[in-house]
Amino acid sequence: MLLYVVSTVFVCYLSFNLRRNQLTPIVWNTLFWIILLFTAVNAIAKSFSQERHGRLLYYYNLCSPQSIIISKIVYNSFIMILLSVMGFVFYAFVMGNPVGDMKLFLICILLASLGFASVLTLIAGIASKADNSATLMAVLSFPVILPMLLMTIKLSKNALDGLDWSVSTDEISTLLSIDLIVITLSYLLFPYLWRS
Amino acid sequence: MRKTWWKILCIVLIFYVIIMGLIGPVPRLAIINESIRNTYFHVALWLAMTFLLFVSMVFSVRYLNKGRIGDDDIASELAKSAIFFGILGCLTGSLWANYTWGDPWPNDPKLNGAAVGILIYLAYLLLRSSFEDDQRRARISSVYNIFAFAVFIPIIYILPRLTDSLHPGSGGNSTFGSYDFDNNIRKVFYPAVIGYILLGLWLAELRIRIKVINRVREEALITDSNV
Repeated sequence: MLLYVVSTVFVCYLSFNLRRNQLTPIVWNTLFWIILLFTAVNAIAKSFSQERHGRLLYYYNLCSPQSIIISKIVYNSFIMILLSVMGFVFYAFVMGNPVGDMKLFLICILLASLGFASVLTLIAGIASKADNSATLMAVLSFPVILPMLLMTIKLSKNALDGLDWSVSTDEISTLLSIDLIVITLSYLLFPYLWRS
Repeated sequence: MRKTWWKILCIVLIFYVIIMGLIGPVPRLAIINESIRNTYFHVALWLAMTFLLFVSMVFSVRYLNKGRIGDDDIASELAKSAIFFGILGCLTGSLWANYTWGDPWPNDPKLNGAAVGILIYLAYLLLRSSFEDDQRRARISSVYNIFAFAVFIPIIYILPRLTDSLHPGSGGNSTFGSYDFDNNIRKVFYPAVIGYILLGLWLAELRIRIKVINRVREEALITDSNV
């Protein structure tokens, strides 16, 4: 997956190579989050479909569905945080780093990774039950994740411009509350998915 | 002839709304002018849609608790008629926007949110169509339906209020109730909401009956071929 991020970033770098001066901070920001979004979808889609049927039965005997979904979310969050931080380092290395407020940008990456991981884990669980799960994953997850992506882009735009923190408390609290809603919902709904 | 009174009520209400909505007295307001009459159609359609989606979610929860396939039929058909209302709401809204804001699709957070909301529910229909087994489809799409409703409400009603929007109630604009809702509008607006909700229930009810009949016929065919 790390190779996937790095190669996507490199492709973007080469594509923008001709006109480096046209890469405004807004384009930089949007491109970064879109790369991360596709990485997240690809990374987390595997979390259920890769498991064998036998192993799922084994888990089923071993522990409760709640602990499985929570552990999957935690695991995917760590993967996403790792991937996005590495992705950011490499992206800043080749594309330049216009970030004004580093701390806020890191918080933004942290919140977005948590949110992407928790939304996509439940969606991956739903999609893995169907036959053509890769297409379904994309169709189901993009509209659901879109508001989160927009909030993240706005928040990271604030971080890029180095605005005062009080400007972005709104976005931070909204992102946090979306994360909370999604995690509680997955906690409540996953037992029903699990049974089938 | 069982329980026809609410269908008659629905027809009466909708005709009342169309006639009174087009010729009834309305308050005079700058910019909006006569297009305030669209409140009876656009705003009422969105409220009816939200109500139908809420009922659909309630039936999904009931399905997950009790496991009766009929509850899932009801949930899916209600969601379908809600999507129909949503598309109508978008069309009337863009008609209104064309005359008051000068653009059929201004770049407004609420409009984009509405488009995303409809996409979410179209994805719900796609999810339903990708399963063969009834019980399995019912369970998984119920889970998605509850999830979708929980995401849909913030997109439509909360996020636009945090940003600047052309719609009332956003970005410092006051909400509807506070300024131009006089009693003339109320007399038509509330019947409109009830009328559309009844129409949506009626549409869903017809489709549910078709579904039940088909299921009974299939079961009859299976038992016949076994004998």
